Amino acid sequence: MKKLLTGNEAIARGFYEAGGHVAAAYPGTPSTEILENMEQYKEDVYCEWSPNEKVAMEVAIGASMAGARSLAAMKHVGLNVAADPIMTYAYLGVNGGFVFVSADDPGMHSSQNEQDNRYFAKFGKMAMVEPTDSQEAKDYVKEALRVSEEYDVPVLFRVTTRVCHSKTLVELGERTEVAKKPYVKNVSKFLAAPAHAKVLHVTLEERLSKLEEYSNNSPLNTVEWNDKKIGIITSGISYQYAKEVFGDSASYLKIGFTNPLPFGMIEDFAKEVETLYVIEELEPYMEEQIKARGIKCTGKELIPNVGELNPDIIAKALLGKEIKTIEGLDALDDAMIKRPPTLCAGCPHRGLFYSLSKIKNVMVTGDIGCYTLGFTQPLNSMDTCVCMGGSISTGHGAAKAFKLAGEDKKVVSVIGDSTFFHTGMNSLVDVVYNKGNTVTVILDNRITGMTGHQENPGTGYTLMGDKTIAIDIPNLVKALGVEDIQVVNPLNLKETDAALKKALEFDGPSVVITRWPCVLKKFSQEDKTEFGCELKKFKVNEDKCKSCKLCLKSGCPALSFDKFAKIDPDMCVGCSVCAQVCPFEAIERVGE
Amino acid sequence: MSNVKSVLLVGVGGQGIILASQILSSGLIEAGFDVKMSEVHGMAQRGGSVTTQVRYGEKVDSPIIGKGSADVMVAFEKVEAVRWLEYLKPGGALVVNNYEIPSATVISGAEVYPEGVMEKLKATVDNIYVIDAAKEAMELGNIKAQNIVLLGGLIKAMGVEGVDWDKMVEQNVKPRFVELNLKAINKGMDLVASEVKEEVSI
Repeated sequence: MKKLLTGNEAIARGFYEAGGHVAAAYPGTPSTEILENMEQYKEDVYCEWSPNEKVAMEVAIGASMAGARSLAAMKHVGLNVAADPIMTYAYLGVNGGFVFVSADDPGMHSSQNEQDNRYFAKFGKMAMVEPTDSQEAKDYVKEALRVSEEYDVPVLFRVTTRVCHSKTLVELGERTEVAKKPYVKNVSKFLAAPAHAKVLHVTLEERLSKLEEYSNNSPLNTVEWNDKKIGIITSGISYQYAKEVFGDSASYLKIGFTNPLPFGMIEDFAKEVETLYVIEELEPYMEEQIKARGIKCTGKELIPNVGELNPDIIAKALLGKEIKTIEGLDALDDAMIKRPPTLCAGCPHRGLFYSLSKIKNVMVTGDIGCYTLGFTQPLNSMDTCVCMGGSISTGHGAAKAFKLAGEDKKVVSVIGDSTFFHTGMNSLVDVVYNKGNTVTVILDNRITGMTGHQENPGTGYTLMGDKTIAIDIPNLVKALGVEDIQVVNPLNLKETDAALKKALEFDGPSVVITRWPCVLKKFSQEDKTEFGCELKKFKVNEDKCKSCKLCLKSGCPALSFDKFAKIDPDMCVGCSVCAQVCPFEAIERVGE
Repeated sequence: MSNVKSVLLVGVGGQGIILASQILSSGLIEAGFDVKMSEVHGMAQRGGSVTTQVRYGEKVDSPIIGKGSADVMVAFEKVEAVRWLEYLKPGGALVVNNYEIPSATVISGAEVYPEGVMEKLKATVDNIYVIDAAKEAMELGNIKAQNIVLLGGLIKAMGVEGVDWDKMVEQNVKPRFVELNLKAINKGMDLVASEVKEEVSI
């Protein structure tokens, strides 16, 4: 049966069909749906949300050492977090087949950078595969696990947003049961002490030579002969774009196994064609290696290494084709507005950021999540954002710098619940240990919001739907040594204002926890008990509205203005923040 | 590939574009086409501009298109039609919802929602179908069905025949919304059918 699947669904399916046993991930766009879809196979596959990518990688490594077919999945920047274990697991080699997915985000649809993680495979001396659509995503997982076991190597399964989130037709198969391999204690293989690692590095180099031989004969690397005037070497989604542009007018060397590259095939292909193009998204990963072998080819001289590719960019770069668009588009220039993403109507973060926006002379260090949008107008209350879990430690460093220079500037670090569990906890330990004096605000919306509602260590549920211990953030923070802890309802502005004021006055590390569920969250039984009341919507009493527009400063998308403030009744969820902002009590609950 | 057609769906996060794209794709598969559909998750869902692309034909390569390449485009919000219009092929069909969603910049007063958007679109695009999908959906009982009204209009503008669209709706929406959405898709089809100028041939 053929089914339309995203690349992510296909990877999960491929792992299931290949007899996979253990899978772990931390959610991150564009990788999240891999583990979300693994959950449907939980009868056969143990799967979990780990608190961060390093932990997920280690869980999968441990399972592989024990003899299970294992998978870890993460977004590209997640692999930075998980780099430590994988760089050494490449030395050790596997027991059960081991695949880790890096989902890169060229064009940064939902990411802070667009690093090209193919370099990790070369850097770490690991095998790498790159599918070009969902069918291949499913099939290549199986081949990757087989290669992993045959060549004793971890396999980097590299995909990009357009493979992850494009749906293409996939032929579904049945699961083939694969028995877990026996575990035999073997310290010279699995214990990376220097004496062992020195030997393992030699083995690793030998393994790479064998893998290059495999690469030259791999079913994942194929030649399509057409006209030989133009030859194209390509991989991943770029293959689909190249086919779109050149069709049958060029020959292709399509590389699905991209580390080590099939240099024998590349040399043979290059000899046969007149002009050789290397078409790849982002960095010249293949091109540099091909040129280093003395093979003449054209790539990044013409194709940009910034942003996402598409067929138009390739057609323009290599064929000089100009795109024809509808005539007279200029006339529409003044019929346009910007539409930046924004915090939802009723988002519990709005109250916190509104309170923060009124505080002067603070630096607000931010983190990764929906709440990064606190930087946008009109809230305008975030200064920085670097990486997952970075807000507390960057804030600590900034505060020390201000203090050293004698500047009277306070620092507030803002971080989500899931992000706090990810890598924020260690940073808070640093603030306590090194006598910091910052305010950490943990925005506990009871879920991992940005990536579409995944459970986390604070929610009380696992990926497989089991009830578990909900780690209590106030107690955790207390155990880390913080003495000044306040828990507030961020939809109550007075309470939030007061908590921030008190925390900023406290001499030493302070933590404010804003506890209210994401407005889009499906409430658990515990949520219903704690937050349960159905909120009534609000409306504007035009007799009282003075048209001061102060309510608009809350930035709620349900608000608009036409002579008076207006509230969209379909969007309002009754959070009451605008009503608290209004100085004239002109915003009233419907039916009161 | 010349026999491949490209459809672009654009709008604002939360308008139900992904569901509409799913129903469309399942119908095209039913009609025997190779289909690729591309969507972007994450930041775009938070009230930002959202697009999905559906391509179909005998064999589809790229899941995404560049500028000047969409045979048909449906805009769930009128400024979004303007934003993405450069992706429509000269001579391509535009189905546009006569509906306005102010953005965060409009709410904060940094920008003003432009006047005369629909008139300008009509002056620029020959093959245009304007639908008051919100009004139609309200009349059918729920404004949230406007996505399916627009999907109906889109299907007519594409001129795809031989698909049991009612079945596709039944397979893709929750049982309690089936009746409403069946009415919605047929309403959208009727509205565009009554004024089809030039069908996009497959």
